[in-house]
Amino acid sequence: MDRASRRGLSPRLWLAGGWLLLALLAAIFAPLVAPQDPLAQDLMLERLPPLWLDGAEPGYWLGTDSLGRDLLSRLIFGGRIAFIVAFAAAIAACLVGSTLGLIAGYFGGWADRIISRIVDIWMAFPPVLFAILLVAVLGTGLSSVILAIAIIDWTRFCRVIRAEAMGQSRMDYVENARIAGYGRIGIMLREVLPNVVPSIVALLSLEMGIAVIVEAILSFVNLSISTDDPTWGGIIAEGRLSIHQAWWVLVFPLITLILTVLSFSQFGEALKARFDPVLR
Amino acid sequence: MSACLDIANLSAVLPNGQRVLRSVSLSVQPGEVRALVGESGAGKTMIGKAVLGVLPSSVRIVEGDMLLEGEDLGRLQPKARRTLIGARTALIPQDPLTALNPSRRIGPQMTDRLVRILGWSGEKADMRIRQLLDEVQIRDPERVLKSYPHELSGGMRQRVLIAAAFAAEPRLIVADEPTTALDVTVQKQILRLIAALQREHGTAILFVTHDLGVVAKISQKVSVLYAGKVVEEADAAALFAAPQHPYTRALMAATPRYTDPFASLKPVDEAVLAGLAAEIAAADLAWRRPHG
Ligand SMILES: Nc1ncnc2c1ncn2[C@@H]1O[C@H](COP(=O)(O)OP(=O)(O)O)[C@@H](O)[C@H]1O
Ligand SMILES: [Mg+2]
Repeated sequence: MDRASRRGLSPRLWLAGGWLLLALLAAIFAPLVAPQDPLAQDLMLERLPPLWLDGAEPGYWLGTDSLGRDLLSRLIFGGRIAFIVAFAAAIAACLVGSTLGLIAGYFGGWADRIISRIVDIWMAFPPVLFAILLVAVLGTGLSSVILAIAIIDWTRFCRVIRAEAMGQSRMDYVENARIAGYGRIGIMLREVLPNVVPSIVALLSLEMGIAVIVEAILSFVNLSISTDDPTWGGIIAEGRLSIHQAWWVLVFPLITLILTVLSFSQFGEALKARFDPVLR
Repeated sequence: MSACLDIANLSAVLPNGQRVLRSVSLSVQPGEVRALVGESGAGKTMIGKAVLGVLPSSVRIVEGDMLLEGEDLGRLQPKARRTLIGARTALIPQDPLTALNPSRRIGPQMTDRLVRILGWSGEKADMRIRQLLDEVQIRDPERVLKSYPHELSGGMRQRVLIAAAFAAEPRLIVADEPTTALDVTVQKQILRLIAALQREHGTAILFVTHDLGVVAKISQKVSVLYAGKVVEEADAAALFAAPQHPYTRALMAATPRYTDPFASLKPVDEAVLAGLAAEIAAADLAWRRPHG
């Protein structure tokens, strides 16, 4: 198959990557791009509908909530927390999980038995309950949300990377490297790791999406960030209360959330295909 | 002058106590090709792995010695053993696809061993590899060195592995059924190539195969293996002229001849196998007694 055309024509990669880039840039430059102050309440402007409906006000693109705050601006600012949590939690979970998975899968033996046992115990907890419990223990706040997600989800990386590393360790090129005098750790980093990188990348992106959801769930049950800063989950929780008067306060954050989560997983898959030397 | 490889009374067992190698003795003289023949599961690969120090962790050597150019591998510290094996031996594997790392380019995969074991500079290693690629008749080394393994055909990959095996000038190469995974049309070329490089470099080869036709073409000495036991060993010419062991005779009757491909092939005779089984059971019993 022609490589160039494959690289050029991956609509999945472009759509998903495009949305993520747009949302990320908006979040980074939120003070510049948000049309309104996300915290400014104005009872005169409460429950304004989106711009294309009757009764809308210019400047309030997606309408306002029951306190008169601009929905679009709140979504843009909410993206900041979503992305910080996504990146920090996913990277932390990835570092811990991939390292342990690589060690368990490649070294096998007692290292594998211990690590696999811990993973089994971990997986016995329902994740959302686990998260709520952890945040209750760690206290609310950005860093404990990040920590909670990393603590729960490293097992996802560990399981997948362990299985892949185990398959790799049986390959003849690993044996060849041993004959050539390479040490165990050298082989793990040189021969095994490059072959699991595509999976790590895909999982990392997927995990970012999951972190966004978990953060939203925690905000939804009011366990996330205890400041007034808007979060997607928090906005959804508010929107749920006024669904009959102002459906847009629920619908737009839901769409934003779903698009972001889907984009992360699709982006990860597309990246994996691109990193994979055999598919490339 | 000591043998290039000398294996004496090597026995290996699985965790369940089953013997996979039964007091195997064989030697390979410098510059000589010794074929190791036997049907699938006979333990040919195990012997190769034992020599190269990469036996699966479940297989345990319980007795015997392996001398590589007079050095007793069993007495060396693991690190010294690795270095010795790495410097003096190489493997031409059965499956050229899984023997190359799919996520690394061919070039560094071929050179890193020269750099690592022989301490060569990257430049020197690169030149050496190009020289060897020329010897294995690869005409576009530039493209091959930059390729990933899956971008090459099976025959090309095996050429690359042959070049890599000879590049470090090992004294001994273990070739484990190096043509089995290839197309029939390519098999002959690869076999000729190995034979040519072997003569050129004077490398001793332990040539593992289940194909007596191949044995006749490439080797001077033959060991016939059955169920982990060497049942016959001889000069190749003598073996083909007058096989001594009934199993060897049966194996020959079961091998197609190029001169007469439609001659009826006999499966290995039941009576011969039964006799062998009894022989091995008796030997195992005798072996167990002194070993508890
Ligand atoms: N990793 C392993 N662990 C345990 N037993 C093995 C392993 N690999 C092969 N064996 C067994 O060892 C015996 C010899 O196998 P092998 O050396 O691969 O045979 P050959 O190369 O002659 O076909 C067989 O009975 C096989 O079932
Ligand atoms: Mg074999």
